[in-house]
Amino acid sequence: MKICVLVKAVPDVSVRKRIDPGTGRLDRSGERTLNPYDTHAIEAAMAIREGGVVEVSEVVAVTMGPEGAVRELHKAVSLGVDRSLHLCDAGLAGSDVAATGYALAQALRREQPDLVLLGQQSDDGECYTVGAIVADHLAMPSLTQVVKLDVAAPASSGEPAVIRCERQAEYGYDTVEVALPAVVSVGDAINEPRYPSLKAIMGAKKKPLETFAMSDLGIDPSRVGADGSAARWTGSMEPPRKAAGTIIEDEDTDATVAAIVAWLDERKLI
Amino acid sequence: MSDILVYALHYDGAFNRNSLGAVSEGARLAQALGGQAHAVVVGDSATDELCAQLGHYGAARVYRVPGPEGLAQPVVDAMAQLVSAHGFAYALFGGGLLGFEIGAGLAARLGAGVAMEVTAVTVKDGRLVAERPILGDSAISLVTFASELGIVIGRLNAFEIAAPDGQDAPVEEVTVAFSEFSTRARMVRRGEQRGEDVDIESADVLIAGGRGLGKAESFELCTALANAFGPGSAVAATRAAVDAGWYPYAAQIGQTGKTVSPKLYLAAGISGAIQHKVGMQASENIVAINKDANAPIFEFADLGIVGDLNKILPKLTAALQARREG
Repeated sequence: MKICVLVKAVPDVSVRKRIDPGTGRLDRSGERTLNPYDTHAIEAAMAIREGGVVEVSEVVAVTMGPEGAVRELHKAVSLGVDRSLHLCDAGLAGSDVAATGYALAQALRREQPDLVLLGQQSDDGECYTVGAIVADHLAMPSLTQVVKLDVAAPASSGEPAVIRCERQAEYGYDTVEVALPAVVSVGDAINEPRYPSLKAIMGAKKKPLETFAMSDLGIDPSRVGADGSAARWTGSMEPPRKAAGTIIEDEDTDATVAAIVAWLDERKLI
Repeated sequence: MSDILVYALHYDGAFNRNSLGAVSEGARLAQALGGQAHAVVVGDSATDELCAQLGHYGAARVYRVPGPEGLAQPVVDAMAQLVSAHGFAYALFGGGLLGFEIGAGLAARLGAGVAMEVTAVTVKDGRLVAERPILGDSAISLVTFASELGIVIGRLNAFEIAAPDGQDAPVEEVTVAFSEFSTRARMVRRGEQRGEDVDIESADVLIAGGRGLGKAESFELCTALANAFGPGSAVAATRAAVDAGWYPYAAQIGQTGKTVSPKLYLAAGISGAIQHKVGMQASENIVAINKDANAPIFEFADLGIVGDLNKILPKLTAALQARREG
């Protein structure tokens, strides 16, 4: 069984959420990192490999992004991925989520995976949707927001393996079985990602990494990029702002608690 | 053509509230566009009587498609077929798990533009403009569609449910040839309730616990604090805490849980992700305790405490108990 994991570079939350003292706004610049949800997808791939129910021949990380995205592929490799594929082409800049999903599906076609894993959402925006888009292009079953994934061995050789997935819907938990191939996005409750060993970090740059342009993967330029994207950003507006709340840094807990009680009292909440 | 096709999710003989909001919104927008809102219901358990009720919220016609329930891809097949046959200008979803999956799949299938997590939709020059918050709700993007079909997926509770007018909609049964991959997934168990059935929606005071509690046992800190507030208070949880098995699903706030608006919402160890925020932002007073000063919840809390909940909660509980007894 071959597993592809879709990964993405996102702004690093730990450095992102700062208030710019000049404007009072959030400073969103700074370091980029591997989307935290994707580390759960990589860990899910490792769990399948180490679970021993099915033999995993290869785990391949796939990303689309500028040259710097190589760093996130190295991170993915340090977490156990065998090799990586980088879709890098200036023509892809400005792609909306539908165009991005199409381009990623073209990259995946080349790999012919039995299972595609990805994080259910990225820290920088697009929610829940890339997996379903990729799956439709590949004509594979798709499940998103999966929090438990088990693999059953095929009934006989030549039969596809079956995965059993659990996820939360609006009315409770659903359990769904799918015969592979399939595309599954995972939630952060699915596992606790491992920390890479120093050796794995040092060795990450030596693992195979291939870079492809759009033309290498048969990506139709008219279906990607800002011009090829059907969702058009026509402007921005300020959200309605709520007055900033009171923030207390707890140094003396008795004083903090007294302040909370006074605040609650003032609003007749106790 | 300016008709809108709205997906309505049903479970256990009733429509989900977000779906009723989406049908209501679809009807409002279709009227502004000079068209109609039609709704589609997929599933073997859906009856004509149930489907006809969507007329009460403004659906001019309802397509009832027999097929598997609780899975997105059969609905993608059904909606793609209806769009091809009828030529809808927009497809609208109320959010939730399936709304995101179906909307995304349909975008891929029909080469359509999609806007998700939409909080409001307006009509400008005979076209829909979707308002889509980005960057942790610090800005709103205005999105239009260059494709024949535009797909709008609402955020939880974004669309208000219209007052029902009692006018049943005509229901048309539509047979859909599902694609092979759409039917390869099999629902083994649907709607499992995990943990006891607890009532959080009627509470005036909610003490909510999240991942920051660290373990199931720490919910006892929340329970003790809720008890100290006295009658009318209850304990709630985030999805992360429920998925981890720390607290019952029935007490979950947010995207796939409950929506609440108590007088006081005290969030302990909750970072304040959008999926949580949409379920509690209408609370009258929000207090947050979190050790991470960068947690998004501090951006919308009325009172934020940066500190260790393991130190603060017991002392706060003791202080409230002392007041009640004194």
